Amino acid sequence: MAATAIPPRSPIDLSGDARRHRRERAIGILFFGAAAMSVVVSAAIVASLFGKGWEFISNADWGDVVTSDTWNPRQNSFGIRPLVISSLLVTGIAMLVAVPLGLGAAVYLSEFARPRVRSVLKPVLEVLAGVPSVVLGFFALGWIAPNVVGRLFGEEHGRGGSMLAAGIGVGILTIPLVASVSEDAMRAVPRALREASAGLGARRMTTTVKVVLPAAVSGLVAAFILAVSRAIGETMVVFIAAGAATVGNLSTNPLDSGLTMTAGMASLATGTESVKGASLAYPSLFMVGIVLFFLTLGLNIVGNRFVRRVRQAY
Amino acid sequence: MALTTIESSATDAVRGRVARSIEGRRVDVKGRLFEAALVLCLLVSLAILALLLADVIGDGWSVYPRRGQNFLQNGLSQNPVKAGIAQGLIGSFWIAVTVVVVALPLGVGAAIYLEEYAPRNRLTSFIEVNVRNLAGVPSVVYGLLGLAVFVEVFNGFTSADGVGRRTLLAAGLTLAVLVLPIMIITTAEAIRAVPQALREGAYGVGATRWEVIRTQVLPYALPGILTGALLSIARAVGEAAPLILVGALTGLAGRSPGLSVGSLLDPSSLTERFTAMPNVITTWAKLPKAEFNTTDTAAAIIGMLVFVLLVNSIAIVLRNRFEKKRSS
Repeated sequence: MAATAIPPRSPIDLSGDARRHRRERAIGILFFGAAAMSVVVSAAIVASLFGKGWEFISNADWGDVVTSDTWNPRQNSFGIRPLVISSLLVTGIAMLVAVPLGLGAAVYLSEFARPRVRSVLKPVLEVLAGVPSVVLGFFALGWIAPNVVGRLFGEEHGRGGSMLAAGIGVGILTIPLVASVSEDAMRAVPRALREASAGLGARRMTTTVKVVLPAAVSGLVAAFILAVSRAIGETMVVFIAAGAATVGNLSTNPLDSGLTMTAGMASLATGTESVKGASLAYPSLFMVGIVLFFLTLGLNIVGNRFVRRVRQAY
Repeated sequence: MALTTIESSATDAVRGRVARSIEGRRVDVKGRLFEAALVLCLLVSLAILALLLADVIGDGWSVYPRRGQNFLQNGLSQNPVKAGIAQGLIGSFWIAVTVVVVALPLGVGAAIYLEEYAPRNRLTSFIEVNVRNLAGVPSVVYGLLGLAVFVEVFNGFTSADGVGRRTLLAAGLTLAVLVLPIMIITTAEAIRAVPQALREGAYGVGATRWEVIRTQVLPYALPGILTGALLSIARAVGEAAPLILVGALTGLAGRSPGLSVGSLLDPSSLTERFTAMPNVITTWAKLPKAEFNTTDTAAAIIGMLVFVLLVNSIAIVLRNRFEKKRSS
């Protein structure tokens, strides 16, 4: 080999300072460790969910869990249906609010707004995204309930929280998410498509509806899915404004109070010390967590796949 | 042919009529209505924000001129006229500190690995997908993680004797883990935007990989990293759900042993039972007493919102500056 031709103590040693090499390697390992932490976190989430949830999974009366119409863990009643149905109901209402408003705002910002206007309005919308959810919970209970729900459906429904008030609050919270994901999707549509459409004599509205929106459709689907996932996982708005204390009853009326999966966890955890050890109530917290985790994980994986599809297409 | 005749002989009126018939109807009514509807969507969203701020300020502002200092320095109390947010401020302050100390180095380190070191292989793309999915995990689930890991497993580490295990440090660590994906994603974006030429120049004069990162990549990406840190702090300070799970005290003073009103900068708070601003707000908002659930809650919200919105706005401005610099 040619390498053996070089004498062992060559004056031109290109391998460099050994200490520098060691430092480089140590730093590389350090950064890898930081990146690996994110995997550790995921593993820890799954492990803690199942580690504690197992006691519930193996000991619970599953017939009761699936069929019972009441969630009252402190009284050993673990019907999960009321929680799931309230979650879906609140999420549905939230989407009715967030999808039209968020999509409309996104179409305007992406297709109609002049750059100057956009550069002012978009940051303001991002500020809305930064409002903590407790604040929206307070707003939903203190303003939306009496002034929107109360006015529309009778004053008695506006006193105290309801699933409708909470749903509107969650919807407001998800507007910026819908707007930013769908705006990104529309801006990824190449200019050439718009110009071709304009060249054929289409008006801007026609171009938007017939060319840009269909071209960006997978991004819009992604926006919807990610927003659903976010709304299902939202806790504080529902905990404050949906009106239920600790017991969830089956109800499909949005004007009733309701306990979603997330709010159920929060209210059970308020003072878990007294609950702990007494019954299956403490492990049931983790069981609901398992359902919530895998539901949102599934939605996020599908949603992110749609986001990627937009990026690959153009 | 026809056009040239118009060009040469027609009067302005004729030319205008021809132009009109080529361009179509003058007023595109449907298009205008469509645009108006879109603007309305945006304005309604912004109006809600304005309404929310007006509602909160209208309800709670009176507390500050009346007993501002008292409100900031008093502890929780059954009596709405005396109640203050001191413990909430202490809790939120130390949570923010923990988040910066833990999540900033970890997040930046992970992002550097993913962008500068990682080979394009399955492990790397698994880590990337994993980070993205972590960003979408609901915050209550992080609360369960905190409860199982930081409260129970790290029991001895996060608590001193006699104060129980649901400490402020456990809460801070939980939220640090919660914001970690945000930190990684924003930092990675900032690093990806660093021009390749800077790296190549540094390698060309003999710098090692770490020296390239330290002297070229990190300084260039600094505004982006700062944006990530600010967004993380704002998120952590506004987050209540995980803290409920980890065991934030929601009771009012008297029923809450171990919640002292110490000095803000005393780090021994970290090993005590805790509450934080969003949890104080939640507790008060759910109380049936009107003085609590409107006036005091709104006043507490003002305190928190000023901080969160300020930090967020700085982050947004910083990012827009950075993007402008990059594209120019």
